[in-house]
Amino acid sequence: MNKHTISVLVNDQPGVLARVAILLGQRGFNIDSITVGRSEEAGLSRMIIVTTGDEKILEQVMKQLHKLVDVIKVQHLSANPMVARELALIKVGANAANRSEISGIVEPFRASIVDVGPNTLVIQATGDSGKIDALIELLRPYGIKELSRTGVTAMMRGTSLAAKIAN
Amino acid sequence: MSTETAMAEKRSYFPQDLGKPMTGAQILLRSLLMEGVEYVFGYPGGAVLPIYDSLYGHELKHILTRHEQGAIHAADGYARSTGKPGVVIATSGPGATNLVTGIATAMMDSVPLVCITGNVPQNLIGTDAFQEANICGITFPITKHNYFVRDAAELPRIIREAFHIATTGRPGPVLVDIPKDVSNQVTNYYYPEKVQLRGYNPTTKPNRLQIDRMCQAIKGAKKPVILAGGGVVHSGAEKELLDFVEKTKIPVITTLMGLAGFSGHHPFHLGMPGMHGSYTANHAIQESDLLISIGARFDDRVTGKLSTFARNAKIVHIDVDPAEIGKNVETFVPIVGDVKLVLQAVNEKAEQPETEDWIKQLMEWKRQYPYSYENDDKVIKPQWLIQMIYESTKGEAIITTDVGQHQMWVAQYYLFDNPRSFITSGGLGTMGFGFPAAIGAQFANPDKTVVAITGDGGFQMNMQELAVAAEHNIPVKIVIVNNRYLGMVRQWQELFSQRRYSAVDLSSGPDFVKLAEAYGIKGMRASTPEEALDVWNKALNHEGPVLIDFEVEPEENVFPMVPPGAGLDDMIMGGE
Repeated sequence: MNKHTISVLVNDQPGVLARVAILLGQRGFNIDSITVGRSEEAGLSRMIIVTTGDEKILEQVMKQLHKLVDVIKVQHLSANPMVARELALIKVGANAANRSEISGIVEPFRASIVDVGPNTLVIQATGDSGKIDALIELLRPYGIKELSRTGVTAMMRGTSLAAKIAN
Repeated sequence: MSTETAMAEKRSYFPQDLGKPMTGAQILLRSLLMEGVEYVFGYPGGAVLPIYDSLYGHELKHILTRHEQGAIHAADGYARSTGKPGVVIATSGPGATNLVTGIATAMMDSVPLVCITGNVPQNLIGTDAFQEANICGITFPITKHNYFVRDAAELPRIIREAFHIATTGRPGPVLVDIPKDVSNQVTNYYYPEKVQLRGYNPTTKPNRLQIDRMCQAIKGAKKPVILAGGGVVHSGAEKELLDFVEKTKIPVITTLMGLAGFSGHHPFHLGMPGMHGSYTANHAIQESDLLISIGARFDDRVTGKLSTFARNAKIVHIDVDPAEIGKNVETFVPIVGDVKLVLQAVNEKAEQPETEDWIKQLMEWKRQYPYSYENDDKVIKPQWLIQMIYESTKGEAIITTDVGQHQMWVAQYYLFDNPRSFITSGGLGTMGFGFPAAIGAQFANPDKTVVAITGDGGFQMNMQELAVAAEHNIPVKIVIVNNRYLGMVRQWQELFSQRRYSAVDLSSGPDFVKLAEAYGIKGMRASTPEEALDVWNKALNHEGPVLIDFEVEPEENVFPMVPPGAGLDDMIMGGE
């Protein structure tokens, strides 16, 4: 059972997210995360779906998605080199004594402290899901008060050699 | 597809009144005419008042049923018997939700329907207003596509798209939900020439390489068999299938939905597969080395236990819906395309394999293990009844059925010869379907004999539609195979629940003859074979609608039977 990341280009219609979510639920497919936002083209949105399953399940997910009239294009991103990112906001308990310690943990992750309260810090982190998981684990001892993750958005890497090296 | 052509020819209403102001309701009806619609089946209510007001004196023929479920099954019967999309109108809330069973029925059997529902005005949407239901949300999983119309100016495009989507590729139901304010909104009328849908381009022409691979596989096959499904009927490929069979001498198994897609008389027809399939069909599948599935989707009632299904066979799967390929069974040659076009391409290249021994074996099975029952001259055996109806109509009638034992007996004992002559709810197994579907089929085919063969259980689920048959005096023949039980459930209880007949006794009535008479319809009853012959002859010669209550052997079972979860060769053959 592997994780698969699928990109779905859809008409920006009311209810289209519900259509996709209902379809996946109806067919018994597992959704790890689903994100949606505007795409490069006006009138079209891009959804990034992360799902778990074997090749047969993946094939069915993609075929079933393609049956929806509002779906323009379905791509299996994780079949190729891709960039996948997630954003997380993490509110941890903090006091004057351990603030700099937390800051020291956050820095190597290239995450940033975006809010400082009397007893809390809000940390913003971006990266692949694994990196965010790791940061959360390190912050857990300080007491995670609130956690909000966006789910994965992703894109295939450029195909030219230069682009591969740059990445 | 054939339906597309048919629609284009019928599209004779050119928009002379292009640019003129009209209400949304008027635009809707004008757009339906543009799509060649002749009949709409429906039931009015508050949210569709503007539409019904515009229908008053309109050239569209509206059939008022007595329940929205009756309306949608009638539209479904109209669609299945003609290949043209059926159209139904219902009001908001309960009107719309009463369509749900019919929509799901059409979805499972790939029937083109356009369902128009009203909704509360947009300023009330989402307020739990009187008779409000989010019908688009409710029907996401059971429609091919659905629309919520926000502006009357969008209506022509949406109706055009709805018909296009419903009838092309794999056909299916499309719902258009119109809030009351949109029906009342006045805007200038136009009608788009073309449909432009970026995300919808069904593949109808097959891939040449895969056709070659299929022909190669046929060449090397020793025990090939064709599994023909509803796709043959939907694409109008009956002739192409016959050509293919004659050319390659490969025998044919037809699924319930494919029964009228291939002549029941043809020597190479092996019957139906699956739970109540023929010995020959099921064993042919299990023994075959090449299974060519044509417009069939490997439903569990067909395959039995999947892990043992066609275990020796390479599978060629032809389907217009790519998502069907690989869904249930592993495919050796996948061919996405319209069945008719695929078979035309195959027929150009396919050669006859060497299958003499195989055919000999199959014919031997056919001779040795036909569908059989023990007849009786005192009581009406349901199988005998179906045979009798078959013989008297010479297979020329349009038969609709409900769901249950009688449905399986029709599938086994009525031999279909003509396209679109068998109308039944296969995928969803909807009780209450048969009689209203017969009404729709009779409106579409006024000169044909239409027989609704139904059980006493299923008939009671939509018997209010007797009023429609009476009102229009349509000559539909209603055959009730009355065993005073919910027969198929009783059979399962007999075989798998030690005869614990829980909640299947329907013997408390009603008196169907009196019921028919109450609606002003001729009602007759028969309880012996002799009476049956007599009343049936009278019924066939009767000009208006007629209901015949055939009191049959109550505890007759449908055999053969593959027990649920068993492999196809694990068949209970019955005591006979």
